[in-house]
Amino acid sequence: MGFVEITNVRKVFGGKEKEVVALDEASLTFDEGEFVALIGPSGCGKTTLLTIVAGLASKTSGSVKVGGKEVTGPYPDYGFVFQQPSLMPWRSVLQNVLFPMEILGRNDAQAKARAEQLLEMTGLHAFANARPHELSGGMQQRVSLCRALIHKPKLLLMDEPFGALDEFTRLDMNDLLLKIKAETGASVLFVTHSISEAVYLSDKVVVFTRRPARVSAEFQIDIPAPRTQACRFTPEFIEAERRASEALGLLVGTH
Amino acid sequence: MNSTTTTTQIAYPLIGVAILFAIWGAYCWLFSVPEVVLPSPGQVAVAFFDSFGVLMREGWVTLVETVLGFALAMAVGLPLAVAIANSRPLNLMFYPLLVALQSVPKVALAPIVLVWLGTGLESKLAIVWLVAFFPIIIDTAAGLRSTPRELIQLAHSLKASPWQIFYKVQFPAALPFVLTGAKVAITLAVIGAVIGEFMGSSSGLGYLLLSATSQLNTPLAFAALFALSFLGLGVYAVVELVEIAIARWLPPRATGH
Repeated sequence: MGFVEITNVRKVFGGKEKEVVALDEASLTFDEGEFVALIGPSGCGKTTLLTIVAGLASKTSGSVKVGGKEVTGPYPDYGFVFQQPSLMPWRSVLQNVLFPMEILGRNDAQAKARAEQLLEMTGLHAFANARPHELSGGMQQRVSLCRALIHKPKLLLMDEPFGALDEFTRLDMNDLLLKIKAETGASVLFVTHSISEAVYLSDKVVVFTRRPARVSAEFQIDIPAPRTQACRFTPEFIEAERRASEALGLLVGTH
Repeated sequence: MNSTTTTTQIAYPLIGVAILFAIWGAYCWLFSVPEVVLPSPGQVAVAFFDSFGVLMREGWVTLVETVLGFALAMAVGLPLAVAIANSRPLNLMFYPLLVALQSVPKVALAPIVLVWLGTGLESKLAIVWLVAFFPIIIDTAAGLRSTPRELIQLAHSLKASPWQIFYKVQFPAALPFVLTGAKVAITLAVIGAVIGEFMGSSSGLGYLLLSATSQLNTPLAFAALFALSFLGLGVYAVVELVEIAIARWLPPRATGH
């Protein structure tokens, strides 16, 4: 029994005439504290799967269980990080981080203390009262990460969160995310386009193909923690990247 | 903004106005234009200060019509925009109708409104409401619908109630659009009030303007025209100030369109 159990999930868009299979028979199980990356080309259904796990989108058939409970709609046990920071420009950084607590009706002194602790951890404590537009893209995405963590979710759902950042910021964010994961013990389901990011962050990489949109491979990454940037140049890392590239069909036809 | 550019931004428009007045005055003087056709700026100024009391009294009437009519347009426009933006059936039923109605010249409706509501304040408010209502509802609805999808999803993921989604996410996101609509609406509101006064009234700056021209008192008509312009600028400035106060906590790119 895993913490998250995804069994034969299928998602079909459109009517009888023009059926588009966005996701076909996806199955995936992982435990509490595990970091799982979903990787594949655009339109392969990984974001669709993420929104189904979040209860934000419906599924055509199959089952998704989180913590033993079937997902039928949104539930506040997860934090969601979007591709864009998606902050509210009219709120300060601190108010943005506290937004989920306001909605959940738990915006007390304890929540504020936790928000400040998260901002401290992400190096943003000096910007608590700044407006989002005063921050760089990477800093904004860190605010978004704090917002996703404020209510101590057991699961983090991340939809290509660092895809819009430059390479250096992205590497920084990778290390920050590993640190946060180690400190909070949350499970992470992470959608990405980057093979090296997937390998660097994950305990498990799940490879999707486009036609049909389904899980084509799944393998463990056995690089021990704590991982540092130097890991990227070890034979284990390069071998894992090769396996992922192979599963994605990128190595066919090369000489 | 430094002090040099502030000075420039105030000085240059004033110079522009001064040039216009100089040309106007020179034209009147060079061609000895009769006062009844086109009074000189000086004659208008004299009329303005001689009739200052009357202008203030009639201006107050027009101001009340403008502001009340505008408030009424906001009070009806905002809830309707919310309904249209949040309900697909309501949107399909009424949005095309609204856009179609917007193309009806509202001046053409004024005589009918007068027949229905008489020559009192009610008919002026109705006409102001008619002309000011559309930009408010159209811009507000556009603003509400342009709320980033992710923010709505975030709120949904936390099981926010529809009311929470509205007042914590959608409305603040739409506010710059609402103010853009309000700025257009307040300018139209002044026009609406004058149309109403032209159609049938015994007070207000529009009425004063009409009666002054019928008595061939052109300087007073011009003075009324200037009073109207000041009134229009004044109410616009108030809305603009509200926008500036709000824009301080919004990034530049998010303030309206």
